[in-house]
Amino acid sequence: MKLKTVNRSISLFVLIVGAIISLIPFVWLIRSSLMTTTEIFEFPPKLLPEEFQWSNYVEIFSIIDFLLYFKNTLIILIPVLIGTILTCCMCGYGFARLKFPGRDMWFGLILATMMLPGAVTLIPTFLMWSELEAINTFWPLIIPAFFGGGGFFIFLMRQFFMNIPRELDESALIDGASHFQIFTKILLPLVKAPMLVVGFFTFMGVWNDFFGPLIFLNDEAKYTLALGLLQLKGSYAADWHLMMAAAAVMTLPAIVIFFIGQRYFIEGISLTGIKG
Amino acid sequence: MNIENIPLGNNRTRGTVKVKGINNIRRKEIFWGYFFTLPAILGLLIWTIGPMIASLYFSFTDYKVVGDFQWIGFQNYTEIFKNDLNFKKSLIVTFYFAIGSTIFTLAAALFVAILMNISVKGQSLFRTMFYLPVIVPAVASNILWLWLFNPDFGLLNSILDFVNLPKLMWIYDESTVIPSLILLSMWSCGGTALIFLAGLQDVPKQLLEAVEIDGGNWWHKFRFVTVPSISPVIFFNLIMGLIGSFQAFTQAYVMTEGGPNNSTLFYVFLIYREAFQKNNMGYASALSWILFLVILIFTLFIFKSSKSWVHYGGGK
Repeated sequence: MKLKTVNRSISLFVLIVGAIISLIPFVWLIRSSLMTTTEIFEFPPKLLPEEFQWSNYVEIFSIIDFLLYFKNTLIILIPVLIGTILTCCMCGYGFARLKFPGRDMWFGLILATMMLPGAVTLIPTFLMWSELEAINTFWPLIIPAFFGGGGFFIFLMRQFFMNIPRELDESALIDGASHFQIFTKILLPLVKAPMLVVGFFTFMGVWNDFFGPLIFLNDEAKYTLALGLLQLKGSYAADWHLMMAAAAVMTLPAIVIFFIGQRYFIEGISLTGIKG
Repeated sequence: MNIENIPLGNNRTRGTVKVKGINNIRRKEIFWGYFFTLPAILGLLIWTIGPMIASLYFSFTDYKVVGDFQWIGFQNYTEIFKNDLNFKKSLIVTFYFAIGSTIFTLAAALFVAILMNISVKGQSLFRTMFYLPVIVPAVASNILWLWLFNPDFGLLNSILDFVNLPKLMWIYDESTVIPSLILLSMWSCGGTALIFLAGLQDVPKQLLEAVEIDGGNWWHKFRFVTVPSISPVIFFNLIMGLIGSFQAFTQAYVMTEGGPNNSTLFYVFLIYREAFQKNNMGYASALSWILFLVILIFTLFIFKSSKSWVHYGGGK
């Protein structure tokens, strides 16, 4: 019994140390974003600023057009969310529930794309969009989302559909419902939780995406937040307090979204694992 | 499509009228099956298979966006292997980073997952704290770490200084840049850790207890029960980690610009430079096919080895 308590205290201690290590960079981010230029370049560094410089957050909004970049990011994000959730539910249902010739081959190929390095399709995809004169528009970043959203999401949705008892579809089928009705009326309401997980990951993907916008957007007026932040690094490289404030502004929405749906995400992410 | 040739499944019934009815049901199912999966199938053709074939084709040409281009056979490939010094350097540093980052991130993730699995008050709060770094957008996290790595005023050197250790140059020195970037990957291992956590929750409790009854300590439990039962999860994370880190790009672009002295000239960064800065689309296509083959061989190798160390429980 006594040994167990000792073990517990040790593990609790390690747990707390681990959590601190994980959080320290965030503390440093916020603390630096609230300092003056002189404070930030002191050595040894102060833990906290004398006085919180909230004005840094006002200043970054005047030196880079955050609102425009935010708007651009949303213009990409919203259709991508709709496209991904809609089509990955459809495909998940189709692969989980309906039998048709070639199904397993298609599904296998789609799963295999998860392991394909994006670099190998990058150049022709770019050339195709440039043939369509769509470089420097949002289309190359939006349209691909309407094709199932990628192997991972399709796999995830399929797993969830497979876990729903088949009796539900069969009895509806006997009652004369079509497969389309079964999907929209019966099964779709049952997969809300994984839809949220897909939505969260999609949001993260778009919010995070750096490579796509870097390649397809070259006009500043079209920049997303990620590109805007990078632009700040180009012109204000020594103003660490401003860069930290900007990084914090970009991170905040992601953290808010995460906390709102946290319960679903952590569960959902664990569930997605490789179970089943 | 010839409906007659499609197998009817188990509930095949005799008698023409019934078969016709079933055929009708079957035909509808096939129609809706293709209807629902059409986005993914089209996506596969348009965004994966088509571009792959196209990039293979371009890799045998001198395509440069402007002007005509022609078929030049294996010239791009011979050029890459014989004369491109950046290619060799890039391959070496990419391997170094990919393998190092995968191993250390996986180890960190497993450790974090074990921590996440300890039942304490506020367990979900702890889980959130470990996951938080994953949520930070890549560019923001890279800029943050650029500041943490700052040799003069950064947090890491302040800590080293505080405990009287010599300061490091971190990402500004050839010998420490890759380990520094690995450290950054380890910081955001929370996503991988959650997948491990799902595996840990499936470790059979009776087996753990059996080891305890036989007088085994935590190491025996870990080595002989936990690791074998989560080996499919390790396998999954290993494959995904390797494939991901072979394609590292953002760190090189945002933090190091490939330097110092090309020591973070990651392979995708090299492709990016050839394709989008020098417009050598044909050459870059050849580079990307080489990356594809390297990753493929690596993955196949791990798949082959997995037979000896991945244990699937139950009848899977």
